[in-house]
Amino acid sequence: MTTGNPPARPGADLPDHPSFLWRNPDPATSYDVVVVGGGGHGLATAYYLAMVHGITNVAVLEKGWLAGGNMARNTTIIRSNYLWDESSGIYEHALKLWEGLEDELGYPILFDQRGVLNLAHSLQDVRDSVRRVNANRLNGIDAEWLDADGVKEVCPIINVSPDVRYPVLGATYQPRAGIAKHDYVAWGFASVADRLGVDLIQNCEVTGIETAGGRVTGVNTTRGRIAAGKVALCASGHSSELAAMAGIELPVQSHPLQALVSELLEPVHPTVVMSNAVHVYVSQAHKGELVMGAGIDSYNGYGQRGSFHIIERQMSASLELFPIFARAHVLRTWAGIVDVSPDASPIIGLTPVDGLYLNCGWGTGGFKATPGVGDCFAHTIANDKPHPYNEPFTLERFTTGALVDEHGAAAVAH
Amino acid sequence: MTADFRLPRGGRIDRDSALRFTFNGLSLTGRQGDTLASALLANGVHQVTTSIKYGRPRGIMAAGVEEPNALVQVAEPFAEPMLTATTVELYDGLVADGLVGHGRLTDEPDPARYDSKHAHCDVVVVGAGPAGLAAALTAARSGARVVLVDDQNEAGGSLLGTDDYLDDRPSDAWVRDVVAELDATPDVLLLNRTAAFGAYQDGFVLALQRRTDHLGFDAPRHIARHRIWRIRAKQTVIATGAHERPIVFGDNDRPGIMLAGAARTYLHRYGVQVGRRVGVFTTNDSAYVAAIELAEAGVDVPVLIDARHDVPPKLGAECAARGIDVYAGHVVTGTEGRDHLTDVHIGSLTGWHADTVVCDTLLVSGGWNPAVHLFSQLGGALRYAPGLGAYVPGERLPTARAAGSAAGAFEVTTCIEQGAGAGRDAARAAGFSPGVEVAVPVADARAEETPSAVLWSVPGEPNGVFGAEYVPNAPFGSVPDDARFVDLQRDATVSDVLRATGAGLSSLEHVKRYTTIGTAHDQGKTSGLLAAGIVADALGEDLADRRPTTFRPPYTSVPFAALGGRDRGELYDPVRVTALHDWHVAHGAEFEDVGQWKRSRHYPRQGEDMHAAVLRECRAAREGVALMDASTLGKIDVQGPDAAELLDMLYTNMMSTLKVGRIRYGVMCGIDGMVIDDGTVIRLTEDRFLLTTTTGNAAMVLDWVEEWLQTEWPHLRVFATSVTEHWVTVPLVGPRSREVLATLAPDLDVSNDAFGFMTWQDGTVAGIPARVCRISFSGELAYEINVNAWHGLALWEALIEAGEPYGITPYGTETMHVLRAEKGYPIVGQDTDGTVTPQDLGMSWAVSKKKADFIGKRSFARPENLRPDRKHLVGLLPADPTVLLPEGGQIIESDHLPEPPVQCLSPHSPAGLNRAHRVVAQPPVRMLGHVTSSYDSAALGRTFALAVLRSGRERIGEKLYVPIGDQLAAVTVTETVLYDKEGARRDG
Amino acid sequence: MQLIPCPWCGPREEVEFHYGGQAHVAYPAESAALSDEEWAKFVFFRDNPRGPFAERWSHAAGCRRWFNAVRDTRSYELLAVYRPDQERPVTT
Repeated sequence: MTTGNPPARPGADLPDHPSFLWRNPDPATSYDVVVVGGGGHGLATAYYLAMVHGITNVAVLEKGWLAGGNMARNTTIIRSNYLWDESSGIYEHALKLWEGLEDELGYPILFDQRGVLNLAHSLQDVRDSVRRVNANRLNGIDAEWLDADGVKEVCPIINVSPDVRYPVLGATYQPRAGIAKHDYVAWGFASVADRLGVDLIQNCEVTGIETAGGRVTGVNTTRGRIAAGKVALCASGHSSELAAMAGIELPVQSHPLQALVSELLEPVHPTVVMSNAVHVYVSQAHKGELVMGAGIDSYNGYGQRGSFHIIERQMSASLELFPIFARAHVLRTWAGIVDVSPDASPIIGLTPVDGLYLNCGWGTGGFKATPGVGDCFAHTIANDKPHPYNEPFTLERFTTGALVDEHGAAAVAH
Repeated sequence: MTADFRLPRGGRIDRDSALRFTFNGLSLTGRQGDTLASALLANGVHQVTTSIKYGRPRGIMAAGVEEPNALVQVAEPFAEPMLTATTVELYDGLVADGLVGHGRLTDEPDPARYDSKHAHCDVVVVGAGPAGLAAALTAARSGARVVLVDDQNEAGGSLLGTDDYLDDRPSDAWVRDVVAELDATPDVLLLNRTAAFGAYQDGFVLALQRRTDHLGFDAPRHIARHRIWRIRAKQTVIATGAHERPIVFGDNDRPGIMLAGAARTYLHRYGVQVGRRVGVFTTNDSAYVAAIELAEAGVDVPVLIDARHDVPPKLGAECAARGIDVYAGHVVTGTEGRDHLTDVHIGSLTGWHADTVVCDTLLVSGGWNPAVHLFSQLGGALRYAPGLGAYVPGERLPTARAAGSAAGAFEVTTCIEQGAGAGRDAARAAGFSPGVEVAVPVADARAEETPSAVLWSVPGEPNGVFGAEYVPNAPFGSVPDDARFVDLQRDATVSDVLRATGAGLSSLEHVKRYTTIGTAHDQGKTSGLLAAGIVADALGEDLADRRPTTFRPPYTSVPFAALGGRDRGELYDPVRVTALHDWHVAHGAEFEDVGQWKRSRHYPRQGEDMHAAVLRECRAAREGVALMDASTLGKIDVQGPDAAELLDMLYTNMMSTLKVGRIRYGVMCGIDGMVIDDGTVIRLTEDRFLLTTTTGNAAMVLDWVEEWLQTEWPHLRVFATSVTEHWVTVPLVGPRSREVLATLAPDLDVSNDAFGFMTWQDGTVAGIPARVCRISFSGELAYEINVNAWHGLALWEALIEAGEPYGITPYGTETMHVLRAEKGYPIVGQDTDGTVTPQDLGMSWAVSKKKADFIGKRSFARPENLRPDRKHLVGLLPADPTVLLPEGGQIIESDHLPEPPVQCLSPHSPAGLNRAHRVVAQPPVRMLGHVTSSYDSAALGRTFALAVLRSGRERIGEKLYVPIGDQLAAVTVTETVLYDKEGARRDG
Repeated sequence: MQLIPCPWCGPREEVEFHYGGQAHVAYPAESAALSDEEWAKFVFFRDNPRGPFAERWSHAAGCRRWFNAVRDTRSYELLAVYRPDQERPVTT
C-alpha cells in the first residue's frame, strides 16, 4: 500500500462538539428548583424548566460527572410502540420531541430513525405483537406487523430460517423508532440549559433532604447546604436512597444491567432489533460498532457491574438471530444501575412532601423517554400538578392497583 | 518496495521454514515463529493501513496487544475482522489486509466449534513472564493447584524480547527450566495462547484460548477453535507486565515510528531489525538498551534524544562507544516522510538548539504503564506513581496481588523476586506452607541509573515548536490542524483534548467522550494515560488527585462466537419432547414451541392446510372420537399431612374439601390477585394430591409452591415433586370415547354412574396400569388417560387401533384451543396477560368465599379491583360469519375507522424510506379491549372469538368493531359459552 | 459470576441460584385487616439499600432449598448465609 485512502468514510467519525459546553459554577446558597441527578432526565428537566416555564434559577446537582450514569451506559434505543395508552402517551410524546430535538437544541444529537423490529418467536408472541400493533395504530403511533419475509426485508442479516431453536415468526415494526447518540443528547440539553442560566454542578452529592412542616426546604450536599423552593429527584438507580432521605419509600429495586460493544464494523445492521424470547437488543451505532444490551442481573446491586454469564448468554442469543455476528469481537462490557418498578412502568409526579417531585422507576427504558420526561416533569414541577402524560404514573397506583403493566405484551421494556 | 530486514541470526524463529502469506495483495514470506507484524517488518513493510479520519499512513507501533495502529482483517483461511498484526501468529497461506477503521463481517457461516472449560485451582497466575513464572513455580512447590495462563505462544513474557542472561545462561534456559518443572508438577496447568480477559469476584478469571488459529489451513475441524476458560481460584496473581508509553509530538504517527521496547522484541524474538537508520527518543533508561542492542546488531543508530537533562552515565558511555549521539534535554519536535519516516526534527527543551536527523525509524519510550487492567477490574484501587508517570495497584486485595512490571517493578530480578513472593503469599493464603524457594537468578541486564522523566506531550504549539518552523506534513490523506496524535486509532490530537478542556470539561470521562480517545480497538492501552496527563496539565491539576477511568472487561477483544460457545442452535435452549414425539413426527404433525416443549399443533393430511386440518380434527372430537398428547402439562405430586392446608392457600378454590377420588379445577393467583395459572387438582389420598399446571408454567408453579412452603410456611409438613415427565397423558375425547376406552379397559366400569365427571380411577388400559380421569377441556365426554411414560407409545397405539372403527383422530393444540374456546374456557397466558383476575374471567365460582385467606385474596378488595368497568372475558361473533378476527385485534365503539394515523412503510417497499414517515395528528381512538382467541368453528359453522372487554358482561348483545387492517369488522358481544350451553354433551 | 455458599451444599456458581429479593418479609397474618396502603406495602414495597441487604436465595439448580443471605449491594460480597428460620446475623 503506497497511497493513502480517502479520509473519513461516512460514519467513521462523529460530528464535533461545540467549543464551549457549560460553565462549572460553584453552588449558590439557594435555588428555586434543585434537580438532583445530572443524567439525561435531570438535564432535560432543567432545560424545559428554563425554556418552557422560564424558571432559570435552577441547579442540577450531579454526584459524579454529568450524564455519567445510565445516560452514558444505555443502548440508546428510542421507540414508542408500547402497549398501554398510558405508556404510549408519554413515549410517543417523547418521540415527537425527539423528531425536532436536533433543531431545538442546535446540537447534532444524531437521532437516526432507522426503525425497530420487535421479534415474535411463538404463537403467543405473535398474538401479543398484533395486539400491540393494533393498539399503537389506534393511538396514532406508526406500527406494522411483518411476517418473517418482511423481517428479512427490513433486516437482511436476521436468520429467519424455520430450523433454528426459536424461529422468527414475524415482528412488529416501528419505522419512526431509532437511535441517538447519548452523550450528544445529554450535552445538548446541558449546554442549552447552562446558557439559559441553569447551574450544572458536578461532584456534588446530595446527602440529605431538608423539610419543614411537610414542605421541602433544601438539600445538604458534599458541597454544602443548598436551599431550594422545590426539589426534583432524577437519580434512576439511586432513587430509593434519595427518597428515603425525605422519608419516602419507593417500590423500586436497583439492579445491574449490562451492555457491550463490538469493534467498528462496516455497515451490516440497518435497523434496531429486539427480541424477548431470544434475549437480544442490538443496533449498529453511528461509528459502526454493534451495541448490544444484555439481560438484567437478577440481584439488587449498586456496583455498576454484573455477572459474566449474562454476557455469555447474550452472545449465544445474538448468534441465534445474527449468525453473521459470530466473528465480531466484544471490545468492552459495562453495567448501569436500573431502578425497576413492579409494573415495569415509571413513577413520575408529586410526593407526600410538598415541593418534592419524583421521577424514577424507568428500569431499562429511561433513555428513550428523555425529552418527554423532561417536558412533563418540568410541567409537573412548575405547576405543582402532573402533566396529563404522567398523570397515570403516580406512586399511589400501587395502592389502588391501577398499574400500567408493561410486562405482558411489551415484555422487552428496553 | 520490500527488502530483507531479517538479521542473519537470532530470534526464536525457524529459519528453515518458509511461510508464504499475502498482505494488502503483496505476496511475502515469513518464518515459523513470526507474527504477522514481525514478518511484515522482516520484509521492510511498516505501513499497515491508513488512519480513520485523516487517511494518514500508519505503521506497526508495538509488538503486542497494545498495538494502536496495525489493525488487520484476516481473509484466509479463517475470515476474522479487526485483529492486530502484532498478535496474529503467521502461518502458511495467511491472507490479510490492513483495516481502515472498520472491520468487515463475512456472510459465510462460521464453521468452527467453540467451547468452554472450568478449571478450579488454588492459585491462578496471569502472565508467564519472569514474575508470573516465579509466582507459579513458588506456588506449585508449596503443593497448591496452579493454573498459569499466558497469551503468547510460549512462556517467557518480556524475556522473549531481550538477550539478557540469567545465571550466566541465556534467559530462555531459565524459562525452560521453570516450565519443565511446572510441567512435571501434578495439578499445574500451563496454558499458552490463552489471554485472561476478565477478572471477577470470588477468584473468577476468564481467559480465551486460541487453540487452532496458529495452525492456519491445517487447523483440525474437530478441535474447538477457541475455548473460554472459566478459572475459579482461591488466589489470583496478576503478572501481566507493562505497556510502553509513547510520547506525543508533531507527526508522531508516521510508519517507522514505534515503541522502543517493541523494537527490542522484534530484534531478539524475531531476528528483525526494524530499520536501517534508527533514532531513539526517550524519557527513561530503557530505550538506551534498545539503542545499544540495535547498534550491536549492526543497525545504524545515529542519535538518542533524551528529554532528561541527566544522561545515565554508563548507558550514555555505552552509546557513545557505539557512535550514538546522545542529545540530553532534547525532544522530538516533528517528523518528515511520506508513507514512511525520513527525517526527525529535534530541539532542545531550552529552545536554543534545533536540528534535523535523517532516520527511517524512530523508537520512542515515554516510560511504562503497568498493565493494571485485571487488578482494576477486581475493584482494586489504583495509585498514581509520579516517578513512573503511571498507575500502579494502590491497595492490598485479600485474594489478588500484582507482581513484577504489573506492580511497577521493571528490573528482571525484582520481577522474579516479587513473583516468588506473590506466589508464596498466594499459596499461603490458600492454605499451603511454602515449599522450596525459587532461587532468584543473577541477571546481567543493565540497571536503571537515572530516574525516568514524565513527558506526555512535547511542549509547543501545534503549528510551531519554540519558533521553529513546523508545517504539518501529510502528503497522504488530509492535513489536520494538529498532528500531535494522542490516540492514533481515533486520530485524536492534543488540540482535541485541549478543545475539550476549553469547552468546560474536566472529567476524563467527558474528555474521552468529547475526543473519542480510548474508545477504539486498543481501548486506550497506549493513549488513555497520555490523555489523562495532558488533561491534568491543561487544568493545572495533579494526576495523583484525579481518578483514573475504570478498566472494564475484556482486557483484549473476544469473539462473539467464543463466548457463545456450544450454546447455539439446538443447544441454545433444551428441546423438550414427549415420549410420543416420534409418533407425531412420523404422522406428519406440525409443531409449535410452547416454552421449551415441542407440541403437535395439528396433523395435516395430504393436501390439507391448517384450517382444513383443524376443522377435521374438531369435527372428530365433537362427533366421533379424538385423542391428543397432553403429556407436556405440568404435574406436581404434593404430599404430606398438611398438603390440603397448603393448597388452600395457593388456590383460590377450596381444595381441602375435595374428596379422595375426585378432581377439582383450580385457579392460582399472584399476591396481586392476578391469575397466574390454572389446572386440575386430584386427591389421591387424604394427604396426597396431584396438581396439573399449564405447559409453560410448570416450573414456575413448582417454584411458587416451594417458595411459599419453604420461606413462609416451613411448619407445614408437605413435599412437592415434579412428576411431569413420569407420565404420558392422553385425553380421549368425543361421544365415542367411552366405547374406545371400554374396549381397552374391560375391568373398568366406564359408565357415567360408575365413573362420573370429575372423578378418577386407577385401572388397566390396554394392559397398562393407568390412572384415568373424567375431565374435559372440550365439553365432550372425555377421559384423560395417564400411564407411565415408558408405556406411553403402547397406550397411544392401542387407542389408535381400538378407535379405528370410530375414525379416531389425533388432534393438536390448535384444535384443543378451538374446542375449549367454543366452551368459553380461557387459556392462561392467551386470554390472560397478568392483569386479569378470576372475577374478570367470570370465574367467581372458583374463588372461595369460605376461606379466611389465600394468595391474592386481599388484592381483590383494592379500589381498582372493585371498579365496575373492569375488562371481562366475553365472546364475540363477527357480523359476517366468515370473517376471522385477528387475535390481538382491538375493540372499539366507533363504526368509523379514522384515516390511518401514520403512513406506514409497506413491508415490501424498499428500506430507507424511514425519514419519509409522517405522523398525522390524530386523537387516540378509545380501545375497549382486545381479541384474545379467534377461530373458525366447525361445530358453530362460523367464526367466533373470545375477548377481554371493558364492562364486557354488561355489553352482551352490543355491537362493536374490530379493525382489521384498514377495514372494520362489526361484532356482537356474547357470553363466553357458545357451544352446548347446557353442558349436555359432557356425560356422553 | 459469584461463588455463593449454599448452607446445605457449600460454595456453588451463581448460575445455580435463583434470587428471591428481600428476606424477613412475613406474609401478613390477617391480610383482610390491612388497609389498602398496608397491603400495597407488603405486595410491592421492598427495601433497596445500598449496602448490606438481607435477601433470599434459592439453590434452584442444586438442592432446591431456600436460604437467606446478607450481601453488600455495593461490593456484592456475601457477608453471611443462614437458614430461613434463623435471625439475621450481625455482620460488620
